[in-house]
Amino acid sequence: MTNRTADLVVIGGGIHGCSAALQAAMRGLEVVVIEKDTVARHASGVNAGGVRRLGRAYAEVPISQRSMEIWHRIEELVDDDCGFQRAPQIKVAETDADLRDLKDRAAHLRAMGFEHEVVLDRDELRAHLPAVSEHCVGGLASLEDGFALPYQTTFAFQRKARSLGVRFAENCRAQQVERIGSDFRVTTERGVFTGRKLLNCGGAWAGEIARQLGEPVEVEPTAPMMLVTSRMPRFCSAVVGNQSRPLSFKQMQNGTVVIGGGRRGRALPDTNVSELIFSELRQTAETAMAIFPIMRQATIVRSWAGIEGRMPDGIPVISPSSTEEGAYHAFGFSSHGFQLGPGVGEIMGELVATGATNAPIAPFAITRFTPGP
Amino acid sequence: MNGYDVVIVGAGPAGMACASEACSAGLSTLVLDEQPRPGGQIFRDIEVSDRKRRALLGKDYGEGARIAGAFRASGAEYVPGAVVWNIDSAKRIDYSAGGRSHSVEAKSLVVATGAIERPTPMPGWTLPGVTTVGAVQILFKTSGIVFEDVVLVGSGPLLWLAATQLIAAGSPPKAIVETVPKARYREAARHFGKALPAWRYLAKGFAMMRAVKKAGVPVHRDATDIAIEGETVAAAVTFAAGGRRQRIETAHVALHQGVVPNQQITRLLNCQHRFDESQRAFLPVVDESFETSVPGVFVAGDGAGIGGAKSAEMRGRLVAMRIAEKAGRPAGEAAKLRAEIAKDAAVRPLLEALYAPSADILSPADTTMVCRCEEITAGQIREAVALGAPGPNQVKSFLRAGMGPCQGRMCGLAVSEIIAAAKGETPSTTDYYRIRPPLKPLLLSELAGLGAEEPREAAE
Amino acid sequence: MPQRIDGSGETIRFTFEGREIAARAGETLAAALIAAGETTTRASVVSGAPRGPYCMMGVCFECLVEIDGVPNRQACMIVAEPGMSVNRQKADEVAA
Repeated sequence: MTNRTADLVVIGGGIHGCSAALQAAMRGLEVVVIEKDTVARHASGVNAGGVRRLGRAYAEVPISQRSMEIWHRIEELVDDDCGFQRAPQIKVAETDADLRDLKDRAAHLRAMGFEHEVVLDRDELRAHLPAVSEHCVGGLASLEDGFALPYQTTFAFQRKARSLGVRFAENCRAQQVERIGSDFRVTTERGVFTGRKLLNCGGAWAGEIARQLGEPVEVEPTAPMMLVTSRMPRFCSAVVGNQSRPLSFKQMQNGTVVIGGGRRGRALPDTNVSELIFSELRQTAETAMAIFPIMRQATIVRSWAGIEGRMPDGIPVISPSSTEEGAYHAFGFSSHGFQLGPGVGEIMGELVATGATNAPIAPFAITRFTPGP
Repeated sequence: MNGYDVVIVGAGPAGMACASEACSAGLSTLVLDEQPRPGGQIFRDIEVSDRKRRALLGKDYGEGARIAGAFRASGAEYVPGAVVWNIDSAKRIDYSAGGRSHSVEAKSLVVATGAIERPTPMPGWTLPGVTTVGAVQILFKTSGIVFEDVVLVGSGPLLWLAATQLIAAGSPPKAIVETVPKARYREAARHFGKALPAWRYLAKGFAMMRAVKKAGVPVHRDATDIAIEGETVAAAVTFAAGGRRQRIETAHVALHQGVVPNQQITRLLNCQHRFDESQRAFLPVVDESFETSVPGVFVAGDGAGIGGAKSAEMRGRLVAMRIAEKAGRPAGEAAKLRAEIAKDAAVRPLLEALYAPSADILSPADTTMVCRCEEITAGQIREAVALGAPGPNQVKSFLRAGMGPCQGRMCGLAVSEIIAAAKGETPSTTDYYRIRPPLKPLLLSELAGLGAEEPREAAE
Repeated sequence: MPQRIDGSGETIRFTFEGREIAARAGETLAAALIAAGETTTRASVVSGAPRGPYCMMGVCFECLVEIDGVPNRQACMIVAEPGMSVNRQKADEVAA
């Protein structure tokens, strides 16, 4: 058993843990990240890679905007392009009713002061997506979004953080978290780590850490399923969703097509196992072929599902602890946390280092799950 | 959905024998196999090969006819041309046949998918005209095709067997380039005494070497630094042997460095695996009845560790006996069969020591392509490790190694070996790619049609 | 050149890149192509380099061809049938 002391102990080596660790280190803190498996082992390494502002919960829009600014200069931050490609994100409307809903959303956002989501009519949709099916009537687009390579991204954040002195303890599960005097003590299977501050970025496993801090919340482990095809002729340069059926669809630079969108497999967080449920994934295949008829020719070479945490209201916890001063949370990103990684890391770095932030994180307070008096 | 007491994947010697034994114990049995006819690779096309071809392929090949005959007579349901693309933790098996997908459920699953050839990365190994030695044998067995100029390169009994068969067919190989280092013969010799109970294998081996000598086939021993030259197709093989660089012109080079278990299904099912230093390969962890760490999942034949066709047949029967016993059915005498299997295996330590893969293959040069599908070199893999990628799955995510259509079959073992060497750890620690479905590429349209079962099944 | 050790068996015909190929009934496309001296069946989707059948047992996916317009088919696993139109899988058709 070794005793290690740091300013900040981060639990969880996903995109959020690595991003926050990097930002805290940039602010001069000594940081250790403890990770029960290896960095980016779960959803952070194997998500669909969408860098998307489009269609977010209204509460998330400001922090998503802030994160997008970082994505556009990601290489300056982590010395790696993260495979980031600027590309339109487009949500397709298959019916007039779908298109009306999308128009309403764009109007709501404009009223909030955000102009990045624009309505596409039938012809504009085809200008962006020449291969789209005849029946699609329009869409909603965020033209300056994009996609990136998840493992490359999280690995780049880890490497940059390490270059600034952040230590990573991998294969090191946090078993017990407790307050000892002014410090937090984290007992792991590989020794004890102590820090003045504690940040819980535990993803699907974060609920247990919160419980030990005295603020239990329900984090449901989920395993959103994805599949990838063999290389196809280039036919799509946007990331495509659908207003009324789950879909996330993109053609990578190399011609392969990655299809996800939230159909869930079986998540077994205790054994790190996720299992595909093909009777569910079947519907993803159907939707992809309905929107892009060319996909009838596609061959699936692999499918997978990364385990991550979902909150009851579908938006994350980004919050100081309500029970222990000096402890913070950033977890439960509910299948859409990848784009937020750089921005939330910056916010958490600020919070940990200064105790405060101007970012509008009130809607993400952990106390929203506290039973009322 | 249809359910069976036993579903067997693979109709080689292990799968066929397992099915016959399971049926005789009264178990409902289904065999799914990719090929159009039973036999596996070792007895490929045994039912349709004529007398002449069987005579050329030798007595051991002919043994397959007996096993296949018993299998055909057993009453087992058999679906040829069935590509298994997923098996879930409840032993529900999805397979593609006749252009659409079907699902069945198994009480016990027997993985009888045998072996594949060890990846042999070397300069030029992706050129058309370069194949495995197994491919040369398959062409012979299925189509009677031989090459007048083939050069057999590598090490292992299969190299000598293929040479003997080609000689018998009147088309001896142009040369054999063997990679076994001279010192290996001394090291292997200490296993000789223990191998004597399996003296038939030794006799066959010596006979094969004599046949090659008698036919006048040039044999270049202790060859290293092998490369295949050619612009768009193979034109020559070059190597160092006998203290000098040598070059043999040929359009057909066949490579071999032994066979290793096909791990795709046992990895998909999260069975425990271990790295066997003697076989230099990952093997599923099995008990004395070849049941894996996942209850009800068995591995029959070479998939549980290389033992050869005769052992595969016996192991297939043993697995069926164990399944029958667990189901309360009358089962055969397992103890005697286990003793037979052990006796047959006596030759393995000698073969594994003598024909261990060459150092060049385990540690390819930086510029050598390791992942053929995505064209990733050994140097790129070493660089990723140097950056901090801790294992095969991170290297896969980072470089796309193992992400092509072969799904890592052709590079997985080499990638694990290269990472292990770069990190100074054992392959056992490094481990292997996680295998994800589909086990074989699947048309998106076929997935979309999944669940639209035919009326016969829907009615049940 | 490859040779056949026995001359027997029913022959069927298919085309490869427009050229007529004779196959023995029941044999795979890859075997028939190799017998006809056609060892290059696809171009690598990464570099465009020529590739051909390697394992002949459905493992390596080097023998991918386009059969009657459907890409990504394994020539070593598919039995040749009369009238099949088979083409090399070309790199520029599967990726930009």
